[in-house]
Amino acid sequence: MPFIPNSWIKDEMLKEMGLKSVDELFSDIPESIRINDLNLPDGLSEDEVVKLIDGISRKNKPFPEFLSFAGGGIKPHYIPSAVRHILLRSEFYTSYTPYQPEASQGFLQAMFEYQSVIAELTGMDVANCSLYDMSTSLGEAVRMSIRINGRRRILIPRNISWERKSVLKNYIAGLDAEIVEIEYDKKTGKMSLDDLADKIDNETSCVYIENPNYFGIFEDDVDEISEVVHKKDALMIVGVDLLSLAIAKPPGEYGGDIVISEGRTYGTPMNFGGSSLGIFACKKRFIRNIPGRIIGMTHDIDGNRAFCMTLQTREQHIRRQKATSNICTNENLNALATLVYISLLGSEGLVKLAKKNMENARKLYESLISLPWFKPVFSSSFFNEFVLMSTQDVFYMNRELLKKDIMAGLPLEKEFPELEKCMLFGITELYDENDIAKLISAIKEVYHV
Amino acid sequence: MYRFASFDEPILNRLPQKRVEVNPEIEWVPEKLRRKTPPNIPNLEEQQVVRHFFRLSQMNYGIENGMYPLGSCTMKYNPKICEDIANWRAFTDIHPYQNESTVQGTLQILYELEQMLKEITGMHAFSLQPAAGAHGEFLGMLIVRAYHESMGNEERREVIVPDTAHGTNPASARMVGFDVIEIPSNSEGTVDLKVLEKTLSDKTAALMLTNPNTLGIFESDILEIADMVHDAGALLYYDGANLNAILGKARPGDMGFDIVHLNLHKTFSTPHGGGGPGAGPVGVKESLSKFLPVPRIKKEGNRYVLDYNYPHSVGKVRDFYGNIEVCIKAYVYLLLMGRNGLKEVAEISVLNSNYMKEKLKKSGFYHLPYRDLRKHEFVVSCEPLREKKGVRAIDVAKRLLDYGLHPPTIYFPLIVKEALMIEPTETETKEDLDRYVEALLSIANEDPEIVKEAPSKTPNRRIDEAFAAKNLVLTWKDI
Repeated sequence: MPFIPNSWIKDEMLKEMGLKSVDELFSDIPESIRINDLNLPDGLSEDEVVKLIDGISRKNKPFPEFLSFAGGGIKPHYIPSAVRHILLRSEFYTSYTPYQPEASQGFLQAMFEYQSVIAELTGMDVANCSLYDMSTSLGEAVRMSIRINGRRRILIPRNISWERKSVLKNYIAGLDAEIVEIEYDKKTGKMSLDDLADKIDNETSCVYIENPNYFGIFEDDVDEISEVVHKKDALMIVGVDLLSLAIAKPPGEYGGDIVISEGRTYGTPMNFGGSSLGIFACKKRFIRNIPGRIIGMTHDIDGNRAFCMTLQTREQHIRRQKATSNICTNENLNALATLVYISLLGSEGLVKLAKKNMENARKLYESLISLPWFKPVFSSSFFNEFVLMSTQDVFYMNRELLKKDIMAGLPLEKEFPELEKCMLFGITELYDENDIAKLISAIKEVYHV
Repeated sequence: MYRFASFDEPILNRLPQKRVEVNPEIEWVPEKLRRKTPPNIPNLEEQQVVRHFFRLSQMNYGIENGMYPLGSCTMKYNPKICEDIANWRAFTDIHPYQNESTVQGTLQILYELEQMLKEITGMHAFSLQPAAGAHGEFLGMLIVRAYHESMGNEERREVIVPDTAHGTNPASARMVGFDVIEIPSNSEGTVDLKVLEKTLSDKTAALMLTNPNTLGIFESDILEIADMVHDAGALLYYDGANLNAILGKARPGDMGFDIVHLNLHKTFSTPHGGGGPGAGPVGVKESLSKFLPVPRIKKEGNRYVLDYNYPHSVGKVRDFYGNIEVCIKAYVYLLLMGRNGLKEVAEISVLNSNYMKEKLKKSGFYHLPYRDLRKHEFVVSCEPLREKKGVRAIDVAKRLLDYGLHPPTIYFPLIVKEALMIEPTETETKEDLDRYVEALLSIANEDPEIVKEAPSKTPNRRIDEAFAAKNLVLTWKDI
């Protein structure tokens, strides 16, 4: 059997243990539920598996063979080759939670550095070393807020993804809390300050904002929002696009108490929405309420610098039902990917990358509104995603474009009925002018121009 | 014997940096939100970055360095081909909102993986969405809650867990709002039926059980337990952390479990990534399938589709469809192993565990509490060593590092004093098992002062964790 070396000396080992057959080792399983066989195929050799899955994989159309201009979170980004090489150091990827710090100094130092770069980018004091994704980070942030101030009213923007709303609802299922949605301004696409002022009250535990928001728009009234929130002694949770933090003010500078983000953007592939990285950072005064793993610097008995997991009394393996979260296995390797990616780019590369994203977004925007079928919806400045309204049926448009392996924007009207015929577009540094030209000419062909 | 490399590697921001002018200002960002100074991230050349992390990697222990028998973590060898295939562009570079017709390959793999997991566990429907075991438990508890609400039984607010349960079990139940009731194990190290009977009531929502449990003992009364739980109107939840022991031998579904979660990174050999990503798929019996998260993957003729039409679904527990690349690795592993391979996994993992247990038990230094026959893992107590020589479990663990070996899980489960929880897995050779046992016996015979001062051969000697908690230095700004 592959990967099972003692298969060949099973009898020898059994004999040494004074056993006749391996069945004796399973005599504690009631006979009525013992099975002899599974209805699965026989094992294949490595080359057979490669051939089989190669065939299956050909039914996928990856970027840029399939060209998507959909916004809403995930977009393709370039991942420098060195990231993969470092992730594949097996001392990293085949290790586990660093319960023995003396055997895990490498990963522990890397996670300390990860916490440091996340704190730098967000303007927060501390970060944990990962939750599952941005939506679960939001769930944990709201739970933390409720733990801190005991209030039960949660304000969130109406314009966040339905998936995120659903995750949040589940994360507070046991807390008897109420979620209230704040409207966006129909003209600017930014959070409505009036609606925020109307809905916030003394029972409000926290206010969540996204920046840029779900429509790609920069929320620049953040000082005003922060004032309203903090006047009520509520917490301000800010969800950011990590990429934008190279050129936009970090939430720490405008009153953010907890900052969450999606780390996938930096160093983890789209993977059909696969494993991501929930970033979670906050002010130091909340440190004992943070969910997840935290690494601290310390020393060994010789006085040499060392790292270890710290504040473990918050965690489930010590505190059980009183833990701040149930999280154990997290997304550590993706946190390492993000750290390596940020290290390779440096502040210079990160700023360039953010600017390139904005530049491409403007090229795409200009190209689309030069067509007769699109017009702008909101007046505010955007990052690398934006909303346009079409004169046409957007589902029909995407169906026709699919024949050319292209997707235009993400239709919004299902979640936002008032945004009929509107699409959320997104683009990154990975696209060039030819890609945009391909989309434009494909749309023209749909309408026979 | 394995030895760590040891570097005085500076923190990233102390490496020699390029001097570059960085201007983050750009007119497209509204004035009020514009960043005026660049983030304080060092600018380095690629080779500096690669050498930095290469050096760090050499101060870290993974499965390829040697045996890593963390109990309940199933640290087995991760076949290389699984990693390679999951990294094919066809899988990594597809967008979750792409039209289904352009992602049929991935959908097929996910669908077939679900079918295989159903067969392995005896459950009727699966969701691959949870990102980790604890995340699977969280989903499982949401399903328990949704089930009782649908039956009009909102007063069922108690979840029972044995005192041997993983810490995640009570934490997950609590997250969904249940009150946790912990019950003591009997003298066999298993669920005490009399205590269970007294604890079950019309307030009980579920019993969470790991089988074999964290002592490595199979809960032989499982059918009685299932009947008692069901008679009380509650659900039986299976923590799949220890499924490795019974692959192809017995199935949670046949034992009467209603909900299971699996840990693909344990049983199905996807790498643990220093703590993740893993994957924690959840399987349920037919009557509960309507509560699973959306979308579900369905096969219609030769087409695979994402189906959102489940009005009773609990909704989402994370974005999108699961830790897909972990699922692909598990799928490749299952294809390689096949029906006979999986059975062999269970047999040899249990054989290896009992083989080590027998040798240690005879030594007199390590005491084996509770029932003798174990499954894939076993727990011994260092109490005799502590009494004779003042050597504790943590000292033994640290000294193992000097032998170039990763220690087992220690001080868990909580009901065993000075516990060493050892899970060798099926992928180790007899020679490696012997070497590990010899190391443990040798440590027992060593001068206790040397053991208590260990480790001495790692990049750092014993690390002061209490200092870290008292003097919080959590980023390079705090230094």
